[in-house]
Amino acid sequence: MSDLAWIDAALTAARPQAVGALLRYFRDLDVAEEAFQDACLRALRTWPQKGPPRDAAAWLIMVGRNAAIDQVRRKSRQQALPDEETISDLDDVETPLVERLDGADYRDDVLRLLFICCHPDLPATQQIALALRIVSGLSVRQIARAFLVGEAAMEQRITRAKARIANADVPFEAPGPIERAERLGAVAAMIYLVFNEGYSAGAAERDDRAALPIEAMRLARLLLRLYPAEPEIMGLMALMLLQHSRSAARFDADGQIVLLDDQDRGLWDTRMIGEGLALIDKAIRHRRRGPYQVQAAIAAMHARAARPEDTDWAHIDELYAALEQLEPSPIVTLNRAVAVSKVKGPAAALEMIEPLGERLAGYFYFFGLKGSLLMQLGRSAEAKCAFDQAIALATTPAQAAHMRQHLDQLSKEGAAGN
Amino acid sequence: MLYAFLCYNNEDAVFSWSQAEDEKVMSALRAVQTPLERAGRLGPVARLMPTTAATTLRKDSEPPLVLDGPFAETKEQLLGFYVIECEDLEAALDVARDLAKANPGGAYEVRPLRLFRPGSLKP
Repeated sequence: MSDLAWIDAALTAARPQAVGALLRYFRDLDVAEEAFQDACLRALRTWPQKGPPRDAAAWLIMVGRNAAIDQVRRKSRQQALPDEETISDLDDVETPLVERLDGADYRDDVLRLLFICCHPDLPATQQIALALRIVSGLSVRQIARAFLVGEAAMEQRITRAKARIANADVPFEAPGPIERAERLGAVAAMIYLVFNEGYSAGAAERDDRAALPIEAMRLARLLLRLYPAEPEIMGLMALMLLQHSRSAARFDADGQIVLLDDQDRGLWDTRMIGEGLALIDKAIRHRRRGPYQVQAAIAAMHARAARPEDTDWAHIDELYAALEQLEPSPIVTLNRAVAVSKVKGPAAALEMIEPLGERLAGYFYFFGLKGSLLMQLGRSAEAKCAFDQAIALATTPAQAAHMRQHLDQLSKEGAAGN
Repeated sequence: MLYAFLCYNNEDAVFSWSQAEDEKVMSALRAVQTPLERAGRLGPVARLMPTTAATTLRKDSEPPLVLDGPFAETKEQLLGFYVIECEDLEAALDVARDLAKANPGGAYEVRPLRLFRPGSLKP
């Protein structure tokens, strides 16, 4: 691997820790980011000759800190000729800063950096954009491409989101245990949003968004290393690994969605599956069930089945029932209905989803499932009506195309019956 | 004399490699391993899952203490390793507890493998 690729990987890996620590010193996101940029430039100059330092994050924090203090000095010189007293004041500022550089606060630094992106006033898309920009260090152009908007628009969106969190008053003291657990929960949700933003993309925009699931998994892994005994973080990491393991099999050559049952399981990434299963094993030992763990366990049931017909749908039904209790939502019930249709048949599943109609009136998958259950029951006219409603609600061309396939099948069956 | 080669690196950086970068490094390594394998000198080759997949059994207490994460002490040194097929983590920890009874003190880090090749070495 070339020098530059090595250094780039080291800088990317050290970024959350380094920016998090610099934010603690300077308590200003822009100053912290600028200091980190400065340190990276110096790393690019000196590391090729001297080799990377043993602790890249500590090196970047030290150099970034010094660079930012230099900046402050230079600015104050430009503004006015400082008197003797001001200069000595600036010198004194350095001592406590150096003392704070002890590494013990790294964990909370990274968590804080992630947490400020989860501000409840920020809509989900802005939380994601901010996390990708600040924590992952993706360029505005990369993020704009992932969200299918112009670079200028994304720049503006990020600037606005930053202004909002600047006024948010995130406490810089080390958080207490309850606060820390709350922050972890918020951060886990944000990381899963990042993942899904990439995962739910259609084939057309998949290349632009390919970075998002990878970034999400990198952030979750970082969190897991900092908080190794949190079963829900293990569950989140496992869930993303198991879902992402199928990414090569999810679209066909024409960019159409391939449903789980029809996927070529030989394309599933066995290493990701192996790591996902290992993490579920670890999480189970804690006997503290949570939504991410249960969702990961459901994904694991699919991963363990060599063929679709080997899937243990009865166990999946039980897991969804557990998820309904932990996190009641019409969408969880809708997903459970898929398992119920396999175990008890389409009539039982249809009965289960009928009461959801009102709450899921704008949800593509509701009508997709309803249509296919009706189709299985031979109620073609009602099925056609449901598929038409699904097409009207489709958000990607692939979703609509998939519903049209069902409609084609219905009309073929209708023709055959005549 | 048989030698063990223990691989150390910054896992944050290594797991930031793209798939293409990872494959490039792996194929460069294969090029070094292949002649050794043909000569019957290469023993098992293993690539471990990241430390986040590790569990550690401290066997200096009774019963041994199970902790999440990799072995993190600096007072003890790496003295050996096993590769054992186990159904799941619980089964692996049972084996580790049996080993601990036979040889208390210290710790076992139990970490799943992501790649294993038995090699060509005949004892």
